[in-house]
Amino acid sequence: MSRTKQPLGVYIHIPFCARKCAYCDFLSAPASTETMERYVECLKEEIRAAAEGLRENYQAATIFFGGGTPSILSGRLLCSVLEELYRQLPVEAGAEITVECNPGTLTEEKLSAYRAAGVNRLSIGLQSADNRELQALGRIHTYEEFLESFELARRKGFRNLNVDLMSALPGQTREGWLSTLSRVAGLGPEHISAYSLIIEEGTPFYEKYREGTPGHALLPNEDEDRLMYEDTKEFLREKGYERYEISNYARPGFACRHNLSYWERTDYKGFGIGAASLLGHVRYTNSSDLAAYLKGNFSYESVLPLSRKDELEETMFLGLRKSEGIILTEQMKDIYGEILERLQREGLLARQGERIFLTDRGIDVSNCVLAEFLLEEEL
Amino acid sequence: MTKTEQSRIRNFCIIAHIDHGKSTLADRIIEMTGLLTSREMQAQVLDNMDLERERGITIKAQAVRTIYKAKDGEEYTFNLIDTPGHVDFNYEVSRSLAACEGAVLVVDAAQGIEAQTLANVYLALDHDLEVVPVINKVDLPSAEPQRVIDEIEDVIGLEAQDAPQISAKTGLNVEQVLEAIVEKIPAPGGDPEAPLKALIFDSLYDSYKGVIVFCRIMEGTVKKGTAIRMMATGAEAEVVEVGYFGAGQFIPSDELSAGMVGYITASIKNVRDTRVGDTITDRDRPCDKALPGYKKVLPMVYCGMYPADGAKYPDLRDALEKLQLNDASLQFEPETSIALGFGFRCGFLGLLHLEIIQERLEREYNLDLVTTAPGVIYKVYKTNGEVIELTNPSNLPDPAEIEHMEEPFVSAEIMVTTEFIGPIMELCQERRGVYLGMEYMEETRALLKYELPLNEIIYDFFDALKSRSRGYASFDYEMKGYEPADLVKLDILINKEEVDALSFIVHSSTAYERGRKMCEKLKEEIPRHLFEIPIQAAIGSKIIARETVKAVRKDVLAKCYGGDITRKKKLLEKQKEGKKRMRQIGNVEIPQKAFMSVLKLDDR
Repeated sequence: MSRTKQPLGVYIHIPFCARKCAYCDFLSAPASTETMERYVECLKEEIRAAAEGLRENYQAATIFFGGGTPSILSGRLLCSVLEELYRQLPVEAGAEITVECNPGTLTEEKLSAYRAAGVNRLSIGLQSADNRELQALGRIHTYEEFLESFELARRKGFRNLNVDLMSALPGQTREGWLSTLSRVAGLGPEHISAYSLIIEEGTPFYEKYREGTPGHALLPNEDEDRLMYEDTKEFLREKGYERYEISNYARPGFACRHNLSYWERTDYKGFGIGAASLLGHVRYTNSSDLAAYLKGNFSYESVLPLSRKDELEETMFLGLRKSEGIILTEQMKDIYGEILERLQREGLLARQGERIFLTDRGIDVSNCVLAEFLLEEEL
Repeated sequence: MTKTEQSRIRNFCIIAHIDHGKSTLADRIIEMTGLLTSREMQAQVLDNMDLERERGITIKAQAVRTIYKAKDGEEYTFNLIDTPGHVDFNYEVSRSLAACEGAVLVVDAAQGIEAQTLANVYLALDHDLEVVPVINKVDLPSAEPQRVIDEIEDVIGLEAQDAPQISAKTGLNVEQVLEAIVEKIPAPGGDPEAPLKALIFDSLYDSYKGVIVFCRIMEGTVKKGTAIRMMATGAEAEVVEVGYFGAGQFIPSDELSAGMVGYITASIKNVRDTRVGDTITDRDRPCDKALPGYKKVLPMVYCGMYPADGAKYPDLRDALEKLQLNDASLQFEPETSIALGFGFRCGFLGLLHLEIIQERLEREYNLDLVTTAPGVIYKVYKTNGEVIELTNPSNLPDPAEIEHMEEPFVSAEIMVTTEFIGPIMELCQERRGVYLGMEYMEETRALLKYELPLNEIIYDFFDALKSRSRGYASFDYEMKGYEPADLVKLDILINKEEVDALSFIVHSSTAYERGRKMCEKLKEEIPRHLFEIPIQAAIGSKIIARETVKAVRKDVLAKCYGGDITRKKKLLEKQKEGKKRMRQIGNVEIPQKAFMSVLKLDDR
């Protein structure tokens, strides 16, 4: 008799895109068809190599193709990875299988291939319903093209769609943001991710909008940014979306299981360059060297065994990203007692019975709050 | 080493404006006199402290002896004595000059004479030194040697037509400098048989040899076994070793006799016993009177120094003790601050001296320091007749107990080209200066005389002077004494709590302005917290200025991608680490550098 297998999140990184967006600091770049094909071959090889050690104990509960723009691959190429996974690993019957895609790269043929291969969730990167904003962001598509992709996905039978949006864009007003929200919510996707733009070093946006540049004044200030955030919550709640994580909203039952696994610290395995894994009590990060990867070198960039202290800290600062928060254990009360009390007193944390969660104000300044849970000494 | 004939000794220093190539020329001289191979040369041999190299200034006087085979076929002993270049160390400069017979004046062929150089040339001429002008950097495209030669003749009145035109960098014509030293600078005098009379121009502490005294023998001879006495401090010791200064090393010899420059060790434990300017004599056969010009150098600027980590207090004490072995002008005593814990009130010659000590503590002793605003010594006359010498503003008695207060004043002489007289007078006026008079040195140059409160010049006066005269003003001052002044203590409240380490004493006429600027400065320095923080300046219970550090509205990591938790944790750790480097006052975290804010009030 086989033991019950542990659920595993599988992440597959596709580091390719049609064109790098002006704000993007992810591991992604345009590439030739040959490179993509070679990369996919390597992915399958990496999967085969790793699966041996995984298939005994794990069963994939979620599979997530992230990027980059996974949908830039041909349907055949992307699905061949999925099929390799099916061959190598047990996959749960109702597994959530997501592909991130960008309007402008989706075709009927690709969507059909996805469906046939078992993909049941699409995450569409829209960012804004305003074409001028899209252009400024360096996106390759218009809002109209997104509409087409969205409709097409529905027609092809996708019943779990996410739309990525971005607030606090240069020159954006509250009204502009609300109009994007209302147009998108009107389409009725099951899930909406709404991030506020972060100006990351090493991007064209950094040169244009970082502090000290003339462009900086175009960015909504902190107060406006927070108002947009509050608007988002209010508006989407009325439309039937609940915020279940700092930046994620879903209709009941449609929270993204894959992302939740990160916050809840269930095990996951990442394939492809730069991909991260949590297996047992160890965190791994794959090397981000594409050239080496294409030569079949699947080495880790870091292997980090977690101490009990690390795990407790993570449980706190990851779990508290969820709206429902975490259930306090005796150990937490023991170790964080004073901090918990202070954060509640300061109105950053709320408690209902044994459950603690960030207040609205706590979310606004969550980095400050979560940093409090880092400990000085090992347990 | 055979006995050197007096006639073949040349004792000299180099006078130059910063960047005009003093250290480079010194290197070249050392190199060309063959004491060191090029390979052994570090970039700048004379400045052997890292700090000096970085700042491009010379802190402590040093000396080097080299042998030059001149064109006349004779070997000459050159003693090159290096002099510090900052007003904080003026006294050391004057003692170094007193050890020489001549000075090489280096002038940049493009820039000409700078004001500060001029002040040092006059100082050299005052000491009857033969000044040998040298035009440096003639290889630069912008060089105008003839213009500079004329300038030297016009301004200083030195014959300069045959001045060597050199490039210390490439070595061009440096030979001529060596010959000029031989020809123009007189050999030292003094009777080797007379009772010992030697001038201390520097000293340093070595953990093996004890104090090493740098001296110039004026009269007599000193050798191993001589019982010596320092005439001012009265310290006595028996000589263990005498010798010369190699480049970066000490070369023992049998004796030092009149006219020579060298070192003496005598198992002396503390540099306090061997003050710069003091005269060494033979205990058993003393000279009739000490060399003129000795004065005890006293600290003029005080500040609090605290270890950032309270547990490092003993380390700070040890480090200060060690530095003091080498630096008699550094003083310190323990003090306590409510905000900063245990630390020391330290006394310095001036602000540069303070900064140097601070940097040495941080670099050489690996200490993380919090330094409070520097201040001077105030005299507080209490109603009960008691007089307090106040070095720490927190110790100011209750105003009701104070009869009056006095602050130290200096007599300042500022040399400036006439076009900048206006701006400089304005500056002195702003700093509460009392105009004493003005003398024209020549058509384009004037000497302004002011009486200024020391308090007003310790921070950034030197910098302000330079910036308002495009570098052309030079400045010298000496303590004049104490005068009554209308002084108040300015307190700073952060989130309604008084922070003792931020209090400072200020003239009542500038209190509002300073209070306002201090609040503005602290507003920049204190990071935003999760709550609003009022910053207030107060005199007694009266609030005179207020600023507010707004609360953080947003600090959230929206996206956390692909399960890359390590990156997120690093961000949180950085956040937490940042807090550690701050001082907690009440529930406000204050960065360490905020305690020095008062120094930057005049930033423009």
